[in-house]
Amino acid sequence: MSTVTEPVVGTATMNMVEAIRDALTLEMARDERVVVLGEDVGVLGGVFRATDGLQQRFGERRVIDTPLAEGVIIGASVGLAISGLIPVPELQFLGFGHQAFHQIGQQVARFRFRSQGRHPMPITIRSPFGGGVRTPELHSDAFEALYTNTPGLKVVAPADAYDAKGMLLAAIRDPDPVLFLEPLRGYRLVSGEVPTGDYTVALGRSKVVREGEHVTVIAYSAAVQLCTKAADVLAAEHGISTHVVDVRSLVPLDVEGIVAAVEHTGRVVIVHEAPLTSGFGAELAATIQREAFYSLEAPIERVTAPDTPYPLGGTEDFYVPQVDDIVRGVLNALER
Amino acid sequence: MFAQFIPDGAPVTPIQHLSPDGVLAAGVTPSMSDDQLLAGLRLMMLTRVFDTKAMSLQRQGRFGTFSQVTGQEASIVGSASALDPLIDWVVPQYRELPALLRQGLPLSRFMLYFMGNLAGSRIPDGVNILPIQISLAAQIPQAVGLAWGLQMQQTGGVVVVYFGDGASSEGDFHEACNLAGVVKAPVVFMLSNNGWAISTPRHKQSAASSLASRAIGYGFPGVVVDGNDLLAVHAVTAEAVARARSGHGPTLIESVTYRMGPHNTADDPTRYVDAAALESWKPLDPIVRVQRHLASRRLWDDDRRQTVEAELSAEVDAALVIARAEPAPTASQLFDHVYADPPSTLQRQRAARIGATS
Ligand SMILES: Cc1ncc(C[n+]2csc(CCOP(=O)(O)OP(=O)(O)O)c2C)c(N)n1
Repeated sequence: MSTVTEPVVGTATMNMVEAIRDALTLEMARDERVVVLGEDVGVLGGVFRATDGLQQRFGERRVIDTPLAEGVIIGASVGLAISGLIPVPELQFLGFGHQAFHQIGQQVARFRFRSQGRHPMPITIRSPFGGGVRTPELHSDAFEALYTNTPGLKVVAPADAYDAKGMLLAAIRDPDPVLFLEPLRGYRLVSGEVPTGDYTVALGRSKVVREGEHVTVIAYSAAVQLCTKAADVLAAEHGISTHVVDVRSLVPLDVEGIVAAVEHTGRVVIVHEAPLTSGFGAELAATIQREAFYSLEAPIERVTAPDTPYPLGGTEDFYVPQVDDIVRGVLNALER
Repeated sequence: MFAQFIPDGAPVTPIQHLSPDGVLAAGVTPSMSDDQLLAGLRLMMLTRVFDTKAMSLQRQGRFGTFSQVTGQEASIVGSASALDPLIDWVVPQYRELPALLRQGLPLSRFMLYFMGNLAGSRIPDGVNILPIQISLAAQIPQAVGLAWGLQMQQTGGVVVVYFGDGASSEGDFHEACNLAGVVKAPVVFMLSNNGWAISTPRHKQSAASSLASRAIGYGFPGVVVDGNDLLAVHAVTAEAVARARSGHGPTLIESVTYRMGPHNTADDPTRYVDAAALESWKPLDPIVRVQRHLASRRLWDDDRRQTVEAELSAEVDAALVIARAEPAPTASQLFDHVYADPPSTLQRQRAARIGATS
């Protein structure tokens, strides 16, 4: 046997669930104050296995199967944080964030302010969201804008495995509360090379995932993959070169990065799964028209779900934006 | 000890009328007639047949995620059979198919919902049930309001609301019980304690030794019943319904049963279910119990079972044919029934979508 040396930090191929689990494992090992709590997160390892193996490794005291009540999961996290721990609660689906919203909106987000700095809230609420996978009714809504309109809370929504791990580590270490949104659709579908060691991806930075010249498409979470697919179609069938930006962090927002990407082409299409009215796209569009007005060559196009409730599975594909919808949105933006 | 209300931790013996062998307990007069018993058995068997067929349809991708009733049939059928569908209401969670059928929902409607077709969300007028509730416990305050409203309008109607042991941890349950006690709403809280909320065992939901004991704190009675005993569940519910109907307010019934299958079609219970516990429930099957009882009275035998099973299988297949004949979902359905008077912005979105998908 050779002698043990420094662990070699390499990379491994991980899907998003694995990357999230890797981040949780790493941070729980590094910081004893981190506790994971939620419905079915312990013995089962989460309904999507994001916390698989954590309870075996860190024990029932740090990986806690709670009673079924989102309000108390989040409300108790406030108290756990005040006691000196770093809670990472899971909402099994963001659709059931409503059951905890009185604690999130009214308490978690503004406890630092309400206590004038005495009680920061280093809580990271993890939750899968979004549709496209035929989940039962009321599970799939993209409710991010409810939370971005909640001052005091950070809201991030990574689209790939590398960002999922790096941003989750950054979120848990952040002194402020972060809603960490995980794309249901991307959990297993999206994978990539991820460093096996410790690294963080700073919150508040967008990234360009595809360089292009004619039009800038802006998205986050599961919609990013759709946009790169649309970019392929646009290149192959229409000779259009698409610049694709992943917002990654909604609050804080990378205004400079987004403005630079807009100025690069002068034409903008914003894509999200949430309904149009008061969706996060409205915030992006308002920011862009204010900060990059003179570089705009066409009105900003939005490709979103309609202003209707999330339907049952059979109608889902009419509701959630598809690649074709994005292609059409881009063609509209270029026609003007 | 300073306290006056001290949990004694003693397990409460659930009320039982039929032993697992189908023997009627001494001194018990059945609350169901033979015809009612046979009808109840048939409904339980229909549910089992449906569960099996729906599971295989789901595996073929022709049916969405759904939760089987298997093992809990007596709990649902016994309670629903105590209602008058003309004036009483059922407010379900999602694991109560036979209660919905008894109230008059066509099986094909139920199927359509789980096939992802919005037509399945429309319960025919006159059928006194609320839609399946996916958001746990959200139905419980609604049921209290419904019961309260029926009471204010003196309809004589009673509401039975179903929910699981998991759902009973939600604030909505406790807030609803509290209000129901205060206004003496004619509601029966039917808590199906099937041992699990997905992977979370009953003992992690509540430190109370009995879930029914929580009723005391809200000022109304609670009762624990053997949920695999059709007769006992019926008798207990009938009494709670009579209480509610005569103005004496709510009752909390804890029906102790066991989920014999996965939580739903997406679940893998081998990761957490205790195999020995599952085995110990197998001899307690609620359908077999009624069949044994009826057989001992020469009202049932193997031939009858086979005939009924064949009829039920045909009934489920026929419902499937009806469900499949429903037009395929369309984009325009997204926009129907969102508002009575859709805003112009929504009308424009509709026009754009329909153009895009036609
Ligand atoms: C408010 C809410 N939180 C979480 C979920 C996800 N979920 C669906 S079923 C379930 C367990 C329900 O257990 P229980 O109420 O005991 O009913 P059972 O399924 O065992 O009949 C959970 C956590 C949900 N549907 N609604």
